[in-house]
Amino acid sequence: MRYSGMSTMLAAQISPTNIFAPASTPAHSIHELYLFVLAVTGAIFLVVFSMLVYAAVKYRSRPGDDREPVQIYGSDQLELAWTVIPVLIVMVLFLSSARVIHALQDAPKPPGAIEVTAVGHQFWWEYRYPQYGFVTANELHVPVSDDAQPTPTFIALLSADTDHSFWIPRLAGKTDLIANHPNGTWIEPHETGLFLGQCAQYCGTQHAKMLLRVYVEPRADFDQWVQAQKRTVQSNAAMSPEVSEGRKVFETTACINCHAVAGTVADGRFGPNLTHLMSRETLAAGAASNTRENLRLWIQNPDAIKPGALMPAMNLTDKELDEVTAYLLTLH
Amino acid sequence: MSTLPATMPVAERPWVLPSRGRVGMFCLIAGEAAIFTIFVVAYIYYIGKSLSGPMPREVLEIPIITTICLLSSSLTIHFAVRALKQGNIGSFRIFWFITLALGAIFLIGTARDWHHLIYDRGLTISTNLFGTTYYSLVGLHAFHVTVGLVGLTLVMLLTVGGKVHQTDAEHVDVFSLYWHFVDVVWVVVFTVVYLIGR
Amino acid sequence: MSSNSITIPNSLSGTREGRTWLETLHEWVITVDHKKLGLMYIGTALFFLVLGGIEAVIIRIQLAVPHNHFVPPQVFNRMFTMHGTTMIFFVAMTILFGFGMYLIPLMIGARDMAFPRLNAWGYWMTAFGGLLLYFSFVGGDGLYGAGTAPDVGWWAYAPLTSTAFSRGHSTDYWTISLLLSGFGSLATGVNVVATIVSMRCRGMTLGRMPLLAWLYLVMGGLLLFTITPLTAAQAMLMLDRYGGGHFFDTQAGGSAVIWMHFFWVFGHPEVYVLIIPAFAFISEIVPVFSRKPIFGYPIMVAATVAIGFISMSVWAHHMFTVGMPSWGNAFFVLSTAAIAVPTGIKIFNWLGTMWGGKIRYATPMLFCIAFLFQFLIAGLTGIMLGSAPVNWQLSGSYFVVAHFHYVIVGGILFATFAAFYYWFPKMTGRMLNEKLGKWHFWLFVIGFHLTFDFMHIPGLLGMPRRIYTYEPGRGWEGWNLIVSVGALFQAAAILCFVFNLVWSYFQGRLAGNDPWDAWTLEWTTSSPPPDYNFAVLPEVRSRRPLWDIKHPEDPDWKYE
Repeated sequence: MRYSGMSTMLAAQISPTNIFAPASTPAHSIHELYLFVLAVTGAIFLVVFSMLVYAAVKYRSRPGDDREPVQIYGSDQLELAWTVIPVLIVMVLFLSSARVIHALQDAPKPPGAIEVTAVGHQFWWEYRYPQYGFVTANELHVPVSDDAQPTPTFIALLSADTDHSFWIPRLAGKTDLIANHPNGTWIEPHETGLFLGQCAQYCGTQHAKMLLRVYVEPRADFDQWVQAQKRTVQSNAAMSPEVSEGRKVFETTACINCHAVAGTVADGRFGPNLTHLMSRETLAAGAASNTRENLRLWIQNPDAIKPGALMPAMNLTDKELDEVTAYLLTLH
Repeated sequence: MSTLPATMPVAERPWVLPSRGRVGMFCLIAGEAAIFTIFVVAYIYYIGKSLSGPMPREVLEIPIITTICLLSSSLTIHFAVRALKQGNIGSFRIFWFITLALGAIFLIGTARDWHHLIYDRGLTISTNLFGTTYYSLVGLHAFHVTVGLVGLTLVMLLTVGGKVHQTDAEHVDVFSLYWHFVDVVWVVVFTVVYLIGR
Repeated sequence: MSSNSITIPNSLSGTREGRTWLETLHEWVITVDHKKLGLMYIGTALFFLVLGGIEAVIIRIQLAVPHNHFVPPQVFNRMFTMHGTTMIFFVAMTILFGFGMYLIPLMIGARDMAFPRLNAWGYWMTAFGGLLLYFSFVGGDGLYGAGTAPDVGWWAYAPLTSTAFSRGHSTDYWTISLLLSGFGSLATGVNVVATIVSMRCRGMTLGRMPLLAWLYLVMGGLLLFTITPLTAAQAMLMLDRYGGGHFFDTQAGGSAVIWMHFFWVFGHPEVYVLIIPAFAFISEIVPVFSRKPIFGYPIMVAATVAIGFISMSVWAHHMFTVGMPSWGNAFFVLSTAAIAVPTGIKIFNWLGTMWGGKIRYATPMLFCIAFLFQFLIAGLTGIMLGSAPVNWQLSGSYFVVAHFHYVIVGGILFATFAAFYYWFPKMTGRMLNEKLGKWHFWLFVIGFHLTFDFMHIPGLLGMPRRIYTYEPGRGWEGWNLIVSVGALFQAAAILCFVFNLVWSYFQGRLAGNDPWDAWTLEWTTSSPPPDYNFAVLPEVRSRRPLWDIKHPEDPDWKYE
């Protein structure tokens, strides 16, 4: 059941991470349930609030009136009434929640589903696409789903270190990534576009800049993206001297201990996979846009962009920095 | 006037409330039971989950003798307290001493078991999950036995010094509640570690 | 010597003519008197309230605008960790223990708590724990960015707290300071239960105790089962960090989730340990200012006991996002919703107390009315959070932060302010200034609502908690600014309050024994009471012994 149209569009204008602007089945289900819960709690609020205001005003002591009021000790009928009615409300809230819990947590994976494994790291996201055999980082691409042929994306959630949480409000509720405790979630977006979120479980110094970007694309665009990601680096490709120097710096300093570039000797797993670095719009899990200046600055001094990130300053000379940056800029 | 008297005619039944020492001890026992519960839950949760290292079945020997000693000490402390309530200081002294001795045997036995496990079987608290949960649970219990032994020794010294009388029976009874608690905990720990967990 | 001929000095009974300040200090340091210890607890709490408040102001300045540079992330993370830890353990618990220690013996007609020396020990353990926590700012060591004050959040989730991710000793300061003050809390629980069970005056059956005594009895019992799981978990954490243990070591097959279970088995009942004394204050003050007895005394007792029991079964509603199976989530939705029933019953009974009364709006009652409105709202946002699917959106966000501050500040702190204005006369012999009281009240109401009403909105718009900065363009900016401005109003209100406390202690109108025309035993003593509380231990025949004396033609014991 979907509420598309005006209210969602308006809500999305107010904030790109507005839980009242659902764009995917799980988010829609939660949104619907929340409106119901709001209605119930709103009704309770109005009733009790008005009675409180009434009592506070009507039963004020008048000046000069010193007699004590009638001393009433209680009323069994009232106690019964205001026990039974809340119990009924509790049952309604429980049953409506249980229905949605089951629908979302126990949803079966349809055959056309996309599978992604997300691994949380301090302070970036690793994405593996087992169906296609490649690894990328920080920017997740998924196809838009349509009702005729649903293509939800089922995301397995793992952690390489501390606890994280995967939260893109317009697409789904959050689910945590916990070491030694595999979790899973799923999204089924009905509109294309870029959806934002961020890590929602405090994971250390740069928890605040572990941002999420999900690109929901038409199927054809998604397939094209997949093809591009599967390509590995051509080792015989022509390179300018600066780029080839840069590649040498990259492959002979500590870069390859942490980073991987498919098709080269770089095979590190601690940091993001850089094979198609230039296909991403941002660096450092959304902390900076992916420009030459930011890339160079990041390698020179990560703390300038994300103080406390686990990438060390590489202490390269200016020449080496220019060369490595030039090399990385070729990784489309 | 500085205080307003609040006396009213009341029923003539005597006004008796539970003794605060007893209530306090039960509260302490409740809190300690909660601490032990958490360690027991951890132990049970991690049964079979060690990634490596010696398994319980391979290295644990059931401590029958020390268990019998500890559980019997509950009986002897009960007799001791009863003797003191009756004013029989001589009997009290004997039973109290036996309780102390049985408790000490338990501790020494545990120490010997641990020595064997550490040096002959290579199981320490850092070996694996079994090692961690075993030493912490049994160790927590042994710590409580030690505290009990200190109390028992104190009372023993006071008794030998002639300072314990029939009027102290209530205090000694409250202390014995603690000792009974330590024994009940051992029943649970024994069941979980040596029966279920193996 | 008759009880009527004792002269009571006109100041706190601790100071006497002709003593040096050193002698007075010594008297307070070695005291085992429940009244002095109660005041020491309260004073300590106010001290830590200022520290915790400074941390809050730093947080709010940093978050007032996006990409702010007021403090670096390392400092910010310490601020929110210390703010939460300080406020829960060294402000809220401490101040509520303080009021309990002071009032319980007086209200049940006893001369002191069951275990006065244990009482003193508990206080000093708490005070030492607090000082140890703050010593971390100077004493912590370790690698850059990983030393000094703890920065792991007040829940200290594993594996962030392992030595791999928290180097140095900052986490250890968190662990040990709470371990020590936890023993103090356990001592308080034992003492409160033993006192209420064993020390009531003649005629005061359990059914005739003031509701405050009942509620503190439930709180005391709950404490025994609440603080101890945390003690156990913290011992396990220390074993992991220094003993080679693997309790929460995911590399060795250990579980990070089990820390969460153990922590929240403590953490949830803990918030009931905090709210139940607040309920106690409301239950004593609202009747007096409505001029009617509390509506439904037996049901209020039953509801509180029910809350105590149910509160031990709801803990995993803090863990709806960790991936429990659907039936697990559903169970905790049910138990969480269930606890709303007895809680709602209490709100209705307070309403019933006011209904048909003749309400006098002195400052204590103003704070009680605000409590009722705010606690209602807090409870309703709690119901929203108790639905697991809704929780999947709202948890870990500023919506939750707004909800629990609504309970703790809007509920507990307001009830505590009511208690201050109500019982300060008994404790010091002087009234707090009404005019300053009203300034305090209105400034705080404005500040509270500016901050915590608007704080819900960034949560609904996707802002997670515990972030030292945020992106512009997410729609969070303006709301965060308003939230931060509200903090300034609250700070001003607190200054007003502290000034009132100090000024009134010296210049306040003399109170006499019973300035509010109240009905429970503490109002039979002088203000402040003598060291021994009652020259002759009272005997009671009903729940409102003073009502019976003031209205001999219509005493309560005819109707109960």
